[in-house]
Amino acid sequence: MARVLVQEAAFDTGAETTALTAVRTDVGGVASFLGVCRGDDGLEAMVLEHYPGMTERAIARIAAEAEARWPLTGCTVIHRVGRILPGEPIVLVLTASAHRRAALEACAFLIDWLKTGAPFWKREEFAEGAHRWVEARAEDDAAAARWAAAGGT
Amino acid sequence: MRVLYFAWVRQKVGIAEEEVAPPSDVRDVASLVAWLAARSPGHAAAFADPKQLRAAVNQDFATPDHPIAANDEVAFFPPVTGG
Repeated sequence: MARVLVQEAAFDTGAETTALTAVRTDVGGVASFLGVCRGDDGLEAMVLEHYPGMTERAIARIAAEAEARWPLTGCTVIHRVGRILPGEPIVLVLTASAHRRAALEACAFLIDWLKTGAPFWKREEFAEGAHRWVEARAEDDAAAARWAAAGGT
Repeated sequence: MRVLYFAWVRQKVGIAEEEVAPPSDVRDVASLVAWLAARSPGHAAAFADPKQLRAAVNQDFATPDHPIAANDEVAFFPPVTGG
């Protein structure tokens, strides 16, 4: 059962990683993806909106799919919402397994699906109150579809 | 029926959610879109290009032909951009 959190607060990557290896000796590796807010084009902040209820449900379903496809000993997905400044973390995916390949593949699978299968929307804020909604990218759909073609979801 | 709007769909409609009671011939997501679009100029703007919209019924992604019922929670939003 994955640990899934959707929250405004920052998270502690080190503590989350340690939690996956503590009190057990069958973990051979932990793969991680830390998504960070880029400050492109004079971006002042990124505001992340989501669909409370559906978001947690969608992530839990994607995480359960990862746990069904790879022999994971632990899995953590934390996605922040609200106003995030350039340089701040947005999302953390951790996957632990006895062997590296399962951990690395499951981590890539999860972040690809988070981009296309969970109800989050990013709005970019610029100087003087200008803002724009980030548009979905075809290459993100293609990245998620690659996993579907590989079997499962 | 509870209808929710997110991101620029919410901004165009002008509200985050509303209770609606569409007529009985509104049976799926696509016909609900057509019915909602006639409610106000904001709704019309939000629903002007259905190809730009995604929907969920009872918190699961749903296609335009997905059936809807009186007690459903239906949400409309742009393609997602998380991660």
